[in-house]
Amino acid sequence: MTAQRTVPPDGFTLGQFLICLRGIVWREALRFVQQRERFVSALVRPLVWLFIFAAGFRQILGVSIIPPYHTYVLYEEYVTPGLIAMIQLFNGMQSSLSMVYDREMGNMRMLLVSPFPRWFLLVAKLLASTAVSIVQVYVFLAIAWAWGIEPPPLGLLTVLPALALSGFMLGALGMLLSSAIRQLENFAGVMNFVIFPMFFASSALYPLWLVRQSSPVVYAICRLNPFTYAIELIRFALYGEVDWPSLAVVTVMTLLLTAGAILAYDPALGLIARRGGG
Amino acid sequence: MNVALPVPALSVEAVSHSYGARRALHDVSLTVPQARFTALLGLNGAGKTTLFSLVTRLFQTQQGSISVLGHKVAREPGAALRLLGVVFQARTLDLDLSVMNNLLYHAALHGIGGREARARAGTVLAEAGLADRAREPARLLSGGQMRRVEIARALLHRPRLLVLDEPTVGLDVASRAAILRHVRGLVRERGVAVLWATHLLDEIGTSDDVVVLHQGRVLACGTGGEVVAASGAADLRAAFTRLTGGEPAEAA
Repeated sequence: MTAQRTVPPDGFTLGQFLICLRGIVWREALRFVQQRERFVSALVRPLVWLFIFAAGFRQILGVSIIPPYHTYVLYEEYVTPGLIAMIQLFNGMQSSLSMVYDREMGNMRMLLVSPFPRWFLLVAKLLASTAVSIVQVYVFLAIAWAWGIEPPPLGLLTVLPALALSGFMLGALGMLLSSAIRQLENFAGVMNFVIFPMFFASSALYPLWLVRQSSPVVYAICRLNPFTYAIELIRFALYGEVDWPSLAVVTVMTLLLTAGAILAYDPALGLIARRGGG
Repeated sequence: MNVALPVPALSVEAVSHSYGARRALHDVSLTVPQARFTALLGLNGAGKTTLFSLVTRLFQTQQGSISVLGHKVAREPGAALRLLGVVFQARTLDLDLSVMNNLLYHAALHGIGGREARARAGTVLAEAGLADRAREPARLLSGGQMRRVEIARALLHRPRLLVLDEPTVGLDVASRAAILRHVRGLVRERGVAVLWATHLLDEIGTSDDVVVLHQGRVLACGTGGEVVAASGAADLRAAFTRLTGGEPAEAA
């Protein structure tokens, strides 16, 4: 123990980055499996919409033939991509809740004292939450299939990259919000001011042309809502098509929100320091 | 044996930090020599936790600089954090996960995986006397056991400096003594440098290095004996009271 300046090898190998990434994803998955209530409630929420709300609306709302659909579709089928996006929205916000919770408990601090670059840790965390959201979506799709909602089988595969992108975008949004949320209770605020407006002012429950007929203002809001584009990206992908404008919007938003989250957690900018103590 | 080594394990130089208008640290300088037990003594609100947040780079030092074994935390965070083991004041175990999984997760955060991670986790758990609890969920452990797991976890990546923020708060007398003994053993046998933040005077010996932090300022530093002698008081408790001009620190 008479070493002068202890010099660890500079940086990490690619293999070590992968170990770290795997560790973060694996922990998120373990937590998800262990918190069974969270899994159940993540599924019950969209299924309630699908089984009850959509059934009730079927008679009221007729959806005409709009892309990507080639025939008249039942309302249940129309609403499915919106519900998929809702699963991911809740998951993203819940990850942010768990980050606030973690921070209270100190788990987030454990993540942040890792010697890996902080951007990498945050991106790994986002990948982990995205992976968990995708698992939820596929379980939902399986149940929906049993309920008679059968998108083209190939669509189940082509929707995957769309899910990865939209999950990442919504996770980054949650992470950005988590840097601003000071207390656990404020998740109720997130519900009121983020989740509900994003969900209702989107194309999740009704096609936008229908919204336009009743209110141009709400229509404009829906067009500005990035969540709309996440839904449309998923909707088209589920039928093996790419909606390029949506892809562009979701990609740009993903980059912006991720950059924002990384900046928010940058110690030099100290946005998390403002809350004091930590 | 206590030869001062050239590069301190931790070096805090002229660090000031404010939360908005409230100044939490004012021109704080201190060093933790290698292979020494250094106590950071201060009441609640003295700035200990802020100092820990800066050392662990939760946020950036506003003024001054902090180095771990010569690596500046601001410039080479990776190198500094790699040599640093941390036990936070708040409980940071994932209660839903097993003890072993908590350790493996931490290993992954340091780029240690697979068999190596399991071997190390097994070793540190055995040293903490908790090898038989590896598969249990962390929430089944007692407070003292959780702390021991947290210390074991902090040692997993073999840091040269271990910082602990009030690690014995909320523990019973026996657990406190056991943890203190364990950490002192690490200093003696492995040459790990320790910064031990506390407000409990009875945890500090006369030969320990002591830094007295009060209202964000360093009031005294030196060995326990030196601090007592310099203040002209009879013992550390009296010295602390005289230095801070206030109520004595509570001691269980």
